[in-house]
Amino acid sequence: MAIFLTSQSKVIVQGMTGSEGTKHTGRMLKSGTNIVGGVNPRKAGTKVEIEGVSLPVFATVAEAIEATGADVTVIFVPPKFAKDAVIEAIDAEIELAVVITEGIPVHDSAYFWAHAVAKGNKTRIIGPNCPGLISPGQSNAGIIPADITGPGKIGLVSKSGTLTYQMMYELRDIGFSSAVGIGGDPIIGTTHIDALAAFEADPETELIVMIGEIGGDAEERAAAYIKENVTKPVVGYVAGFTAPEGKTMGHAGAIVSGSAGTAQAKKEALEAAGVKVGKTPSETAALARELFQAR
Amino acid sequence: MDLYEYQAKDLFAAHGVPVLPGDVASTPEEARAIAEKLGQTVVIKSQVKTGGRGKAGGVKLADDPADAQVKAEAILGLDIKGHITRKVLVTVASDIAEEYYFSFLLDRANRTFLAMASAEGGMEIEQLAVERPEALAKVPVDAIEGVDLAKARDIVAQAKIPAPVAEQAAEVIVKLWDAFVQEDATLVEVNPLVRDPQDKIIALDGKVTLDENASFRHPAHADLVDTEAEDPLEAAAKAKDLNYVKLDGEVGIIGNGAGLVMSTLDVVAYAGEKHNGVKPANFLDIGGGASAEVMANGLHIILNDPDVKSVFVNVFGGITACDAVANGIVAALAILGDEATKPLVVRLDGNNVDEGRRILAEANHPLVTVVDTMDNAADKAAELAAAGV
Repeated sequence: MAIFLTSQSKVIVQGMTGSEGTKHTGRMLKSGTNIVGGVNPRKAGTKVEIEGVSLPVFATVAEAIEATGADVTVIFVPPKFAKDAVIEAIDAEIELAVVITEGIPVHDSAYFWAHAVAKGNKTRIIGPNCPGLISPGQSNAGIIPADITGPGKIGLVSKSGTLTYQMMYELRDIGFSSAVGIGGDPIIGTTHIDALAAFEADPETELIVMIGEIGGDAEERAAAYIKENVTKPVVGYVAGFTAPEGKTMGHAGAIVSGSAGTAQAKKEALEAAGVKVGKTPSETAALARELFQAR
Repeated sequence: MDLYEYQAKDLFAAHGVPVLPGDVASTPEEARAIAEKLGQTVVIKSQVKTGGRGKAGGVKLADDPADAQVKAEAILGLDIKGHITRKVLVTVASDIAEEYYFSFLLDRANRTFLAMASAEGGMEIEQLAVERPEALAKVPVDAIEGVDLAKARDIVAQAKIPAPVAEQAAEVIVKLWDAFVQEDATLVEVNPLVRDPQDKIIALDGKVTLDENASFRHPAHADLVDTEAEDPLEAAAKAKDLNYVKLDGEVGIIGNGAGLVMSTLDVVAYAGEKHNGVKPANFLDIGGGASAEVMANGLHIILNDPDVKSVFVNVFGGITACDAVANGIVAALAILGDEATKPLVVRLDGNNVDEGRRILAEANHPLVTVVDTMDNAADKAAELAAAGV
């Protein structure tokens, strides 16, 4: 098992024919993802050859689902068109929409989230501004490198792409059930809490690593959730202790505002919930390894 | 991007929100001329992007144009919490009957927007939220439904804004919502929103944060950037499309991915505790494509920072292959030539790392030290910075 994405997942790519979309469709195919087509209204009806696989291009997500039974879409369309692309995916009631695009205006993200809610939350949204998710050995929806590590019993949820890779690398000898990059924007679909709940319910996951960063209070809320609902061991890491107040650190959502959103507050909240928090990625990995071996 | 008060008020006025007449001045003479034109008692207000201006002496009344010049002279150049006053707003002084508070902001937790309003304005909102939370109405706003007059009336009622001005306040709130959405703001705050003795509602102050991700649909927002107040290194980085933040330490940092770079800053700060207390000098995320050119641009910015004593290049090759990064470093050092004078500690891991390390070993550049883990590399960079201080 894994969370959100398995070997059964049938994946389409919105923006497959763009340069990023084509590149990453190739990488996903190479890592074993069952990609069944792409969406581009201007190229509908054609076929695109990527990594030796001939992929049909559909006019809409709904048509792609109809023809292929797709249940996951990975969205690579540019920021300007991302809102419409996500809304199209929601309207087609696809189960999972992974929004890789970085730089989407936050009003657009708030709008498509409100749309998803109004439609009864039939579509799980991951991202935007995220690396996607991987269930090693099964499927890879997004841009996470598939060759860092293989399947195993750790579940990972992170706001950051490269810290996800770093942590997978540090714990490559144990392996992962799923690693989910939820994204660094102020408004994101799937949260730490959603992933924690799914990992708690996933029989294959025996330990959870949670990576957070400055900005907002998602980590504090996750801490409260863990205290009440998570029985599996959780190890945490928070980036941004040295970030100055009022400066956006790369991710649009990574900002300390006044005394709110600091790494220190997040670390304390997690520790108060019984989560072991590492000072550095390597210390975090060591804590995870220790807990994993003691389980 | 945070706006100055005068920019926020210009934006309010463009959306029909009532503000008092006034203009911005960079010299005492300009302030005098504006006061002459306004022809009545004015307020001179320091334009800095921080709170507490009044307490710091950055807001003063002036009875006449000569007085306006004197007061502007006193305020221009004033340092308020590290922000130097370069401009003052000269605006008509208002009689105030009551002060209210109003804002629209992001509600990250609920993935929507929030209206916050109170009939008790004037003081710092964080203070009000702590001391009298029951006086602060927090009303969720659906991103699709938005704020129409009915919704605005509901907000006004929850904030307990008095009946004689309630309808007017609701109308102003609808206009503030228009400004919030149409300008792609992530914060619109009016504190205080005042009721004058004639029962007119006026936005007496304004704070606006614009979403830089939306700049593609707001070309005019580029004019709101205060290039004079920008850190010169940050401005140079921005011109090269680099994600850079200047900090006050000695170890220059280059990495890929915002999270990894933030983490690198922390690891360097910890390592610095053992090496004379050196700290990271900057945040610089070169993103996914670490081409030679991007690496050269990044190194160029960092090596031009006189505070930098050593540089730590920390890359985890995900999409980017480490051999490309290594080639980038070698090529960047060649491009920079004599400009490259400070020691570089490089840590590479991930995609094609062996080839990357081989390229750096072969190049054998005298300034470059390759270290195999992030922690050890941070320690080495801190040690070199401490030695160079």
